[in-house]
Amino acid sequence: MEIKVLGTGCPKCKTLEKMVRDVVQKNAINATVTKVEDIMEIMKYKVMTTPALVIDEKVVMKGKVPSDAELTILLKSSISF
Amino acid sequence: MNFNKKMILPLVLLPVWYFIYHYLQSITNWIINSVFALEKGAHLTESLRFFIFEVPKVLMLLALIIFFVGIIRSYFSPERTRKILEGKSTFTGNILASLLGIVTPFCSCSAIPLFLGFVESGVPLGVTFSFLIAAPMINEVAVILLFGMFGWKVALIYILTGLTIAISAGFIISKLKLEHWVQDWVYKAQFNNSENTEEKLTLSARIRFGYDAVKEIVGKVWIYVIIGIAVGAGAHGYIPQDFMASLMGKTAWYSVPLSVLIGVPLYSNAAGIVPIVSVLIEKGASLGTSLAFMMAVIGLSLPEMIILKKVLKLPLIITFIAIVATGIMIVGYLFNFIF
Repeated sequence: MEIKVLGTGCPKCKTLEKMVRDVVQKNAINATVTKVEDIMEIMKYKVMTTPALVIDEKVVMKGKVPSDAELTILLKSSISF
Repeated sequence: MNFNKKMILPLVLLPVWYFIYHYLQSITNWIINSVFALEKGAHLTESLRFFIFEVPKVLMLLALIIFFVGIIRSYFSPERTRKILEGKSTFTGNILASLLGIVTPFCSCSAIPLFLGFVESGVPLGVTFSFLIAAPMINEVAVILLFGMFGWKVALIYILTGLTIAISAGFIISKLKLEHWVQDWVYKAQFNNSENTEEKLTLSARIRFGYDAVKEIVGKVWIYVIIGIAVGAGAHGYIPQDFMASLMGKTAWYSVPLSVLIGVPLYSNAAGIVPIVSVLIEKGASLGTSLAFMMAVIGLSLPEMIILKKVLKLPLIITFIAIVATGIMIVGYLFNFIF
């Protein structure tokens, strides 16, 4: 699975990136995590609020930093797809 | 509709909240007079009384109102706001954008994607600016704190003048036709971003939105509230009443532009600035000058300008700052004149 964190470099975006990496590692999820900082790239995903989370090219969350539990559920539920 | 715990909890908490809030002054007096048995009227006692009363009062107000604002905001996503603003004419568009700026969740770190998303889907430049001015300036924390420390009149004045500035500044930018000062790539780029991907939320999801907002905002600003009120309490009995009068009082004509000039590069969140403003006013600064200072600090922020440089050419940023700063100064002078 391919996870992208969209964000132009604000503190919240960095928090989300770190959280995603932690959750992926802790749960041994087989995924690549990349941070997308280029605004042109970000706009392609049709988001207007950052940070946003993209899993396999689909925007699953935008404009907020979720709780750890919420993020874990979100990532785990995406594995089967 | 499923009634889960999260939906019942507010109904239980609300009376408790009201009870404590209603008796807060009595509770404070009881703590000061009976528990600590402090001497009435002494500087330290009154400072302490002020602190013990104000901190819970302001935090309780924050929690309650942010909870409801959070629920209201769940109805106004940026996508929805954009849809409302698409192709709106100037003036009507400026008014709508300023009003929506109050209720749409906005973080200055999203200023760029929001700007691009708006402009690309046909929201006029001036209307977009009205939104970008109103959103940070009239934020809920500022309004609640003003309400808590100065009463509803000052809070209302702040909202109305903030709206007026956002509407007129956006309107002027529309009329000046400054589109050529937007970075060239913005209008050329095609993101096909105007699609609406809005999900329907259940009521319990919206209530969760309210909880999250309280957790996030109160979790972030409580420390500023406590520090700000502590400074206020410290100044309460110890700094002479007219300390700020010569510098920020009514009679000093230069006080308004000076406050704005100092305020623009200063960057603080509303929670930090309101208690400081309350100290300034108590120590002889005039209301107009203090409001101008506050608006300049939270409405015009340097970091946001630097972010916006990616999409706006420098002359537009300077024009934008100049128009808004002028608006703030007019507000300052107006209130010094009226009050």
